Amino acid sequence: MAKALNSALRKALEDDPKVLIMGEDVGRLGGVFRITDGLQKDFGEDRVFDTPLAESGIIGTAVGLAMRGYRPVCEIQFDGFVFPGFDQIVSQVAKMHSRSGGTIPMPITIRIPFGGGIGAVEHHSESPEAYFAHTPGLTVVACSNSSDAHWMLRQAIASDDPVIFFEPKRRYHSSKGEIALDPPPWLQAQVVRPGRDATLVAYGSCVQLALDAATVAAEEGHELEVIDLRSVSPLDLPPVLESVRRTGRLVVVHEASLSFGAGAEIAARVQQEAFYSLEAPVLRVTGYDTPYPPARIEHDWLPSVDRILDTVDRTLEY
Amino acid sequence: MHAVLPEPDLFQLLSPEGVRVPSRDTPDTVSDEELSGLYRDMALTRRLDAEAIALQRQGELGLWASCLGQEAIQVGAGRALAAHDMVFPTYREHGVAWCRDVDPVQLLALFRGTTHGGLDPHTHNFTNYTIVIGAQTLHAAGYAMGVVRDGAVGTGDAARDTAVLVFFGDGASSQGDVHEAFVWASAENLPVVFICQNNQFAISAPTSVQSRVPLFHRAQGYGIPGLRVDGNDVLASTVAVRQALEAARSGQGPTLIEAFTYRMNPHTTNDDPRRYRLDSQVETWKLRDPLARVRAYLTRYAGVGTDFFGAIDAEADELGARIREGARALPDPTVETLFDHVTTTPSAERQRQRTEFEQALA
Repeated sequence: MAKALNSALRKALEDDPKVLIMGEDVGRLGGVFRITDGLQKDFGEDRVFDTPLAESGIIGTAVGLAMRGYRPVCEIQFDGFVFPGFDQIVSQVAKMHSRSGGTIPMPITIRIPFGGGIGAVEHHSESPEAYFAHTPGLTVVACSNSSDAHWMLRQAIASDDPVIFFEPKRRYHSSKGEIALDPPPWLQAQVVRPGRDATLVAYGSCVQLALDAATVAAEEGHELEVIDLRSVSPLDLPPVLESVRRTGRLVVVHEASLSFGAGAEIAARVQQEAFYSLEAPVLRVTGYDTPYPPARIEHDWLPSVDRILDTVDRTLEY
Repeated sequence: MHAVLPEPDLFQLLSPEGVRVPSRDTPDTVSDEELSGLYRDMALTRRLDAEAIALQRQGELGLWASCLGQEAIQVGAGRALAAHDMVFPTYREHGVAWCRDVDPVQLLALFRGTTHGGLDPHTHNFTNYTIVIGAQTLHAAGYAMGVVRDGAVGTGDAARDTAVLVFFGDGASSQGDVHEAFVWASAENLPVVFICQNNQFAISAPTSVQSRVPLFHRAQGYGIPGLRVDGNDVLASTVAVRQALEAARSGQGPTLIEAFTYRMNPHTTNDDPRRYRLDSQVETWKLRDPLARVRAYLTRYAGVGTDFFGAIDAEADELGARIREGARALPDPTVETLFDHVTTTPSAERQRQRTEFEQALA
């Protein structure tokens, strides 16, 4: 996935001279995850550049660059470091287009490596997507595999709306698939494994987890349908509803804490739109309502295949 | 005269009594004719401000942030700009907006509650008012980064070289965003001029709550030039801002100008300054009024007669009538304006909510 993201950035830089890559250590170093490796060398320090170490400054200057007609792609080094830039994202990036009566678009992409499972220290494993999904004006997406990572990043950069682009950092080097020849439809969910007994909805790193759970469930005779949301906001609900109308059962999986998370919104919308199709309450497998745990116990805290299967069993028992 | 000067290091070209003060380092290049024009701008800004306050009291505006007493730095800066320079205001730069030909009624719309802005920043190269304190300083730095990448600095072509001017206040000088903007501007040698209007109060908190050094001294820590200008002196303000903008356009980088001034009115129409400052202080600052000193000078030394001032009064009356009429006629926002520009393309869910909202209103 790291290479797929790198090639997407490269293509975006080639296609549009207004695209800029900015962030901490994205230049000579190529980013702490090497996502921007080699780009400064090939596109120059005016277009791929290290910023001072201040996240509000990164986002705030991107706003000004966008007003001048540029298309900035900001890298936030880790999920837990986005919060110094939160005010600029929520109060400026998200609202500028509306405030200006539609005259000033904010074609800013904010890339954030997110999620845990890599044995990191505090603030390096968080899943802050719900904060942004709750803010009108922001598009919030999360890729789950290399091909999507490539195409979705190019689509995000090409979008005239600000996009918070979540990259599941534990898939950076474990997801190695080929890049599809054609882009998938932007902001649409995809059924990544068909099934008839229950529906699993996930995004980011949890898609692979859901697929692994479905493989195990199949051995036990249960066919689980897995949907990769791809976009957290806006939610692409029709594929989820279509699935739930067939399976009658829905489990949402995300790493972010349970309460007021994306799963809550999905559950609310599904019960509203498909109430009579549901055979069981919508259940969620998520991180717990605690700060992200120290690395030694993170795998007990994170959603796992076992927790997903247990939860699926509960929905099947209704 | 010096008894009323608040601080040493103050760059002043016109004393409160209306006497041109020669400067050793910075030549005073403003002609009497130009000064007459600056007086007119300040007088009309003051009328705009007074009308807005009256409209607020009549219930026509929800709120107003008055610029009374700060006209000199605002008009001086406004007239120092080239048309293609970009301005990032706070929410009190009515005098700058005036100089940029922004329709005063449009300014009032924000405070009447019919829009959160609604301006296309490129129409007058003046962005929508920013209410979050200091946030716009970073936008200005970013815009200046774009100017640099466009090759619009230091070419020697006056029609091309571009500066960015950003305003903030003494309270904002404590905000992280402002410090980050200084860092960016300094590290990248950006064509930005920072004007800190030190009007002595962040709502109720005096500047001493924000800083133990004069605010312009902060510039030194960032490695950029900083100076303190008499913000009630339109001559000094014009000359200082003009010089800083020229430095920015020519590639010499950013400048911090602290405009030493005083907010004569409450923070906004909702504020009660009697709780935090003495009337005697306000009386002292009345002696440093930005308009009175220019009028005294023009009358005494430039042969400007009552006809000139009478004509401005008449123009102000016309402006007042136009503002009153325009403000009352501002249309309420429609459902379209609320939903249309949240994103460039609407989501299915927002479309559904829009329909629901329209049906609820029907």
